[in-house]
Formats: sequence, structure tokens, C-alpha cells
Amino acid sequence: MAMSREMFWALITSVGLVVTVLFVPGGRVLVLPELFILVMIGLYALAAPGAEITDPDSARPVVDTGPGDDKVHTWPHLVRSEFLCAIFITLLLIVWSLLVDAPLEDPANPTRTPNPSKAPWYFLGLQEMLVFFDPWHAGVVLPSFIVVGLMAIPYIDINPAGNGYYAFESRKIEILTFFLGFHILWISLIIIGTFLRGPGWNWFWPWEVWDSHKVEALTNVNLHYKFGVRTETGAMIFGAIVVLGYFVLGTIAMYMGIVKMKGQEFMQRWGMPRFILTSFLFLNMMSVVIKMVMRHAGNIMYVWQTPWINF
Amino acid sequence: MSKWEETKRQITESQVWQSIFRHGYDDTPGNRVQMVSGNVWLHLHPSKVRRHAIRMRFTWCMGGITFLMFLVTVVTGIYLMFYYRPTAEYAYADMKYLEFDMPFGMFMRNMHRWAAHAMVIAVWLHMFRVFLTGSYKPPREFNWIVGVLLLVLTLLLSFTGYLLPWDQLSIWAVTVGSNMARATPLLGYEGPFADWTGANPIYDARAFLFGGGEIGPHTLLRFYILHCIFIPLVASLFMAVHFWRIRRDGFSGPPV
Ligand code: HEM
Repeated sequence: MAMSREMFWALITSVGLVVTVLFVPGGRVLVLPELFILVMIGLYALAAPGAEITDPDSARPVVDTGPGDDKVHTWPHLVRSEFLCAIFITLLLIVWSLLVDAPLEDPANPTRTPNPSKAPWYFLGLQEMLVFFDPWHAGVVLPSFIVVGLMAIPYIDINPAGNGYYAFESRKIEILTFFLGFHILWISLIIIGTFLRGPGWNWFWPWEVWDSHKVEALTNVNLHYKFGVRTETGAMIFGAIVVLGYFVLGTIAMYMGIVKMKGQEFMQRWGMPRFILTSFLFLNMMSVVIKMVMRHAGNIMYVWQTPWINF
Repeated sequence: MSKWEETKRQITESQVWQSIFRHGYDDTPGNRVQMVSGNVWLHLHPSKVRRHAIRMRFTWCMGGITFLMFLVTVVTGIYLMFYYRPTAEYAYADMKYLEFDMPFGMFMRNMHRWAAHAMVIAVWLHMFRVFLTGSYKPPREFNWIVGVLLLVLTLLLSFTGYLLPWDQLSIWAVTVGSNMARATPLLGYEGPFADWTGANPIYDARAFLFGGGEIGPHTLLRFYILHCIFIPLVASLFMAVHFWRIRRDGFSGPPV
């Protein structure tokens, strides 16, 4: 069995590690990490020894397939890169775990609430939404829409272009929408929640000290108030008109926009159910953006206030 | 023939060896196929793949890394389970014990935690890649749905594990995260229309999650079982479906 270049390096690395473990003072902490790496390398050595060093372009094609077929053998080409990737990532994780300790604070104490109390970082986008929406909306309705919306993607996107390859040109709108939802809304709100929110969920720049006595004047008013509506019933009617108006006009505008851009024929092919679902989800996503702008720029609290439920 | 070669031949031609390893490493087309189809783990792959599919640029390796991170948390998690007791009296003390007295306790805990975080990031990037290459388009629509379920399960796995150290960080993060549940319309006692359904602090969506009206020892046990048994089991089942579907539908790629 010929020894491949990779096996050679694997051997050198492991011998080096064994020497560190045995002879370097304190090197014993590396016994277990070393074991992990040896197991990975061992698996690799079993799975893909003597694999040719090739890149996909020069890999020998499968002999028994016809012309125009670009297939290559999974072993060794794919197996080899999977194992190398796994070894590399495991190494990174091991080094990271040796250098950085997982946090452990004081014992749990249900009577002492820390300020701020933050959810795990991957939910901080939703916690940030609590600034703009009531909990039932930010914490329950919006996440459900996100999950349902994600699942709906393959059924509402009927563009045949870019099935299995990068196609930015012919999928501009789809990619921009995904970018808005995923990168702008989800990721940047997580960054804000993690780094820029301090005590009282107030905004602190990284160079500012967290002052837990900071009080921000609550000057938020509801939208109907700005428009001079003062009674409860008036507020309900006003809000209903604004919210329903937003969805109705938004849907009509989207309909006309799509017909203008893609033509009536496309709309027929796309069909009403797809269009309604898409516009409903899209308008909900945009409502998040609009509400954020209204709050930050105009101190608007609720758009629609009723005795039972507020938007 | 040298002594070494002779010994090697004797070993590889013995009945024991041949019963385990059916074939050698001969670099022939037939054997290359055998390598994959004759191995229970590797045969998750097809025996031949299209050239573009082995490029990093296409997959970003992210589905595989997500899976790797899952495996790492399984291995390190089992180690942690040997020393961790999910009760309010012991949980925190066991974390300290792991850190200061248990050989490699801290290392295993670190691996477990960082792998869990890496899994969340990797699964997001994986989804993003699948979106960019349009790999959810027919016939792979359903596998995208399975993927979204896996994404939710990944977040839930991470979230339930967050409580287990039973320190200030964990109970308050979980409290804040779970408070959403009490605002569920109809089902949460602070949500809209709670008085119609009769939802109250000890009988609503959050109490169901917590196992009681407040976060407490009952919550710890509940989250422990969800974290160590229920969600990993469900996630594994969905991963099996996910991988099976990729095999059946073939890997996505540009038209030939
Ligand atoms: C625990 C979570 C997950 C694991 C372990 C996982 C694993 C994998 C693996 C190993 C592949 C093979 C190709 C690759 O590495 O990219 C793959 C493909 C795929 N995944 Fe996932 N995945 C997960 C979550 C998701 C999510 C969240 C989505 C989408 C919302 C998704 C949708 C898909 C689709 C559609 C394919 C087929 C891609 C193609 O044919 O090009 N998966 N997955």
C-alpha cells in the first residue's frame, strides 16, 4: 500500500503531538484533544489512503459513462475532501475550546433579575422586535410567519432559472428579498441586541459605559393621536383603516408592479394563491421595517390600538 | 520478500481480516465504486458524483459541517451526562465539579458549547447556500421543508441546553426566551384573548413548557429530557429523511 502525501503528513503531525503530550510540561492537557485528532486521522487513513492528489478539474472521469457526462468517483475525490474538511474544522474547534472557556456565572437565583436579561444570542433578533411590537406579535406571530414563510419558498418561487447553480442575474428579486429578510433583519438585529443593548434595553454604543440608571424619556405616542383622534372608538376605527389599508393597497400595488415587470402572462402562470401568500408574507416583512422607521424617526408606539390587541 | 511484506500478506489474507475488509485499495474503477457501495457509512453517498458537487465553492461544506457539529455534541454530550445531575441542588455544583475536578471536564464542556454555537451558524449558512444555488427548486421542495424543520430543531436543541448549567446566565436567558410563550394569543395568560380561553399563569403555554407556573426544578428536568433525548432523537430522524432525500433526488447542479 503506497503511502500518500496526506498519510505522511498525518503521521508527522500525530508524532509531533504525541511528543508534545509526553515531553512538554503540562502537555497532558492535550491527551484527549490528541485522541480526537488521531481518531479522525485514523478514520481518514482507513477511508482514503493513497488518494490521488487532484483537483476536480483534472480528476480522472468515470470510465463507463458516455461523452458529456462529467461524473467522477465519489471515492476518493469527495470522500477525501469531506474528511480533510472534517479534520480541519475539528482542529479549529479543539484549539478554540482549549483557549476559550464556556461561561458560568453565579448560581441561578430566581429572585435576582439581571439587567439586562438577554435571550440566547440567536433569539436576540426577536427580543429586539419587542421594542417595536407587543410580545404576542414579536414573539409568536412573527416567528411563525418566518418559519411558514421559509417553508413556502420552494412553492412560491416558480422561476426555473438557477436550479442548482448560482444565477444572480436571473434571480435578482428573490435574492434581494432573501437578503433583506436574512441579512438585514435577522442578522443585524442580532448584532444590535448583542452589542448595542444595555440595561433597560437602552441603546449603548460600545464605547459608552453601561449606566443602569439611564432613563430615556418615553415620548412615544400612538399614530391615531398624531392625527388628532382622541376617543377609544375613533382610535379603533382609525387603526383598522390604516392597517387594512396598508394590506389592501400594498397587495394591489404589488399586483400591478409584478404585472408591469413580468407581464400578465406571468401572473396567470403564477396563480392567485401563490401571489396572495407571497404578498401577505412580504407585506408583513415590510411592516417590520416600516414600524422600525416610524419608531426611530417619529416615536410612534402603536398603529392600531384596541382594548384587546395592539399593532 | 522481506519479513515485513510476508507478515503483511499473512495478515491481510487471513480469514479474520478478509471477513472484515472485503476489498483492498486497488485503484480500479470497480474498486472505487466498491469503496462507497460496500461501506455502510460511505454509501450515504452515491458512488459517482458530478464534478461541480465536490467543489467547496458549490456546497461551502456547510451541510456536512452542521452534521459534524451535531456528531461532536453527541460525543461530548454523552461524556457530560456521566457527571451531570439535572436537579436544582446538584446541577450547578456539577458544573463546578466538571470544571475543577473532572479530567478534561472543562475541555469537553467547551467543545460541547462551542460546537453547539457553530452548528447554529453553520445551519444558517447552509440554508443560505441552498438558497443561492436554487437547490430547493423541483424536485427538492420537500427536502427544503425538512431542512427548515431541522433548523428549528437545531435552535431548540441549543435553547434547551442553555438552561442546564443552572446559573444566572442560563435561567434568565431561558426566562426571557420563554416569556414569549405566555403572550401566545389564546394560549398564553398574558396574550390577547386569554380571558376567553381561561389561560392563567399555571395553566397556559408557558406553564406547559416550564412544567409549572415559574421556572424551577421541574423546568430543569423537563429541559434536560428534551435536550438529551427527545429533540436529538427527532432531529436524527429528520436528518435521516434529509440525507435519504438527497440520495433519491440526486445532488442539485447545472443542467448537463
Ligand atoms: C441539522 C441541520 C442540517 C443538516 C445536518 C443538513 C445536512 C445536509 C447535507 C450534508 C447536505 C449535502 C450537501 C451540503 O453539504 O450542502 C444537505 C443538502 C441540502 N440541504 Fe441540508 N442540512 C440541514 C439543514 C438544512 C436546512 C435548514 C435547509 C433549508 C432550509 C436544508 C436544505 C437542504 C437542501 C434543499 C439540500 C439539497 C441541496 C442540493 O441538492 O444541492 N438543510 N443538507
